[in-house]
Amino acid sequence: MTPEHLESISKHPAFVQLIQRKRRLNGSLTLAMLVAYYGFVLLVAFAPGVLGQSLSGGVTSVGMLVGVLMVLLSFALTGIYMHRANRVIDPLNEVVKQECAR
Amino acid sequence: MNWTAISMFLVFVGFTLLVTRWAALRTRSASDFYTAGGGLTGMQNGLAIAGDMISAASFLGISAMMFMNGYDGLLYALGVLAGWPIILFLIAERLRNLGKYTFADVVSYRLAQAPVRLTSAFGTLAVALMYLVAQMVGAGKLIELLFGISYLYAVMLVGVLMVLYVTFGGMLATTWVQIIKAVMLLSGTTFMAFMVLRHFGFSTEAMFASAVAVHVKGQAIMAPGALLSNPVDAISLGLGMMFGTAGLPHILMRFFTVSDAKEARKSVFYATGFIGYFYLLLIVIGFGAIVMVGTEPSYRDASGAIIGGGNMVAVHLAQAVGGNLFLGFISAVAFATILAVVAGLALSGASAVSHDLYACVVRKGQASEQEEMRVSRLATLGIGLFAVLLGLLFESQNIAFLSGLVLAVAASVNFPVLLLSMFWKGLTTRGAVGGSLAGLVSAIVLVVLGPAVWVNVLHNERALFPYSNPALFSMSLAFLAAWAFSVTDSSERAREERGRYLAQFIRSMTGIGAAGASKH
Repeated sequence: MTPEHLESISKHPAFVQLIQRKRRLNGSLTLAMLVAYYGFVLLVAFAPGVLGQSLSGGVTSVGMLVGVLMVLLSFALTGIYMHRANRVIDPLNEVVKQECAR
Repeated sequence: MNWTAISMFLVFVGFTLLVTRWAALRTRSASDFYTAGGGLTGMQNGLAIAGDMISAASFLGISAMMFMNGYDGLLYALGVLAGWPIILFLIAERLRNLGKYTFADVVSYRLAQAPVRLTSAFGTLAVALMYLVAQMVGAGKLIELLFGISYLYAVMLVGVLMVLYVTFGGMLATTWVQIIKAVMLLSGTTFMAFMVLRHFGFSTEAMFASAVAVHVKGQAIMAPGALLSNPVDAISLGLGMMFGTAGLPHILMRFFTVSDAKEARKSVFYATGFIGYFYLLLIVIGFGAIVMVGTEPSYRDASGAIIGGGNMVAVHLAQAVGGNLFLGFISAVAFATILAVVAGLALSGASAVSHDLYACVVRKGQASEQEEMRVSRLATLGIGLFAVLLGLLFESQNIAFLSGLVLAVAASVNFPVLLLSMFWKGLTTRGAVGGSLAGLVSAIVLVVLGPAVWVNVLHNERALFPYSNPALFSMSLAFLAAWAFSVTDSSERAREERGRYLAQFIRSMTGIGAAGASKH
């Protein structure tokens, strides 16, 4: 591809919109995962007692529930990403490919 | 000799050799060899990735950690899992759009081929070999115990089968062996967890209550213990596990086996689901074992220790819930797991030699596909021999530090440069090489000076570096070095490299010009 061609793609409205959408989606989900995971790690390091509390009077601790929720959250976030990427990002990407690939 | 286990294992080996033969007939081009022709579906690749992560070490090791310390085992599992969403959001699709066979393709996309590929190949080989040695030694001991065959034969058997799968069947066989094993391991652990839950009347509260009642640590097993008690170590371990996974060459290579970015995305979605599901089952298995294995005298020797060592609790639990037949099945699965993981490691090491070093550096892209594949097969053989030799050499060494070192090196040598090459226009060849080397040297030095080697292996009184997980420091240093060496680079080459970023960026975001699946 020539420099002029690259330049024209990078200024194409569909491409600009694609990049914006992608950045927003990837950025927010990455942030959510990092905050959740390192929040959990810091909780373990600084306040392990919170996680050791009984969940509802029984032996099962709050930490056990939080651990299971972390697993479910990881899966849910990848699911959300896939859903959004398939629904919103891919169609936009197709437009960019069709209009810019030649 | 455990004949049930041996016969089940022989059935597995026979079947995988048939798969290898089938794959060999379909492996004609270099693309077939390195990436199974790039035609796997997201589901297949997701299972294979999950298979790479749910290794024998995590199946036996994490259940053993839960058996000993309860909750801490779960912390370990969560660290590995939490890396996957990040891999998906940050690197999976860009990797697929930019690369062809190895992650060095991506790092060297707009940089000078020879120096970048040399350092990447070095990073790949360091990780693959250390990982292989850890697996070989673990495998030898496990197989000795489960099957009653000698350590020497066990290690040689693993080496020979690994070389057979990779040299003849390439990535196609390596992937299918991994998929078959992942399905076997997931079904086996599902059955075990189901039987444990049935034992406790399908009440996790009843299971946890019995575990707390019989465990020496009592209620403490339901809360975080010593593993992450130090904040610096906690964050460092978290970083190492999260980004170490994103720097493992045999995992990164799997992203090139699917047809496009969309399938790469799907792979991670499925892989995260399978890995998460597996770790949830491990909670049941680990805590169930505290009751069903821990209180059963027949699983302990005269001194009261678990027969075969702590890592055997999951195997004993298999016997407890399913009798000798199921014990044989789980033993065979454990062996299969090791084989599948080492095959992937050998393939990634061999591709670094044949694709990065031979085809791109020595022959400067002039080698024919046939030559490249021949070198790759020779490299597999060499790596196999080397791994068996090291496995025998390290038989009675304390190599527990190796698994930590592997992740620290992967997180510090491969990951920072890979991430920067995709996200930062300013990265230059000098920065990439400097960053990798800084990460490599600091990771190794800090592990050696830390408690795992300085105290446990070299028997010094106190560690010179107080933390057992160096990733926080070595990874930061790698990023810092890559940045500093890049911004101070005012050469003509660096200017051109920055100028080529736009083309790379457009391809990485849209997939325009990305390598497709081979058609046949």
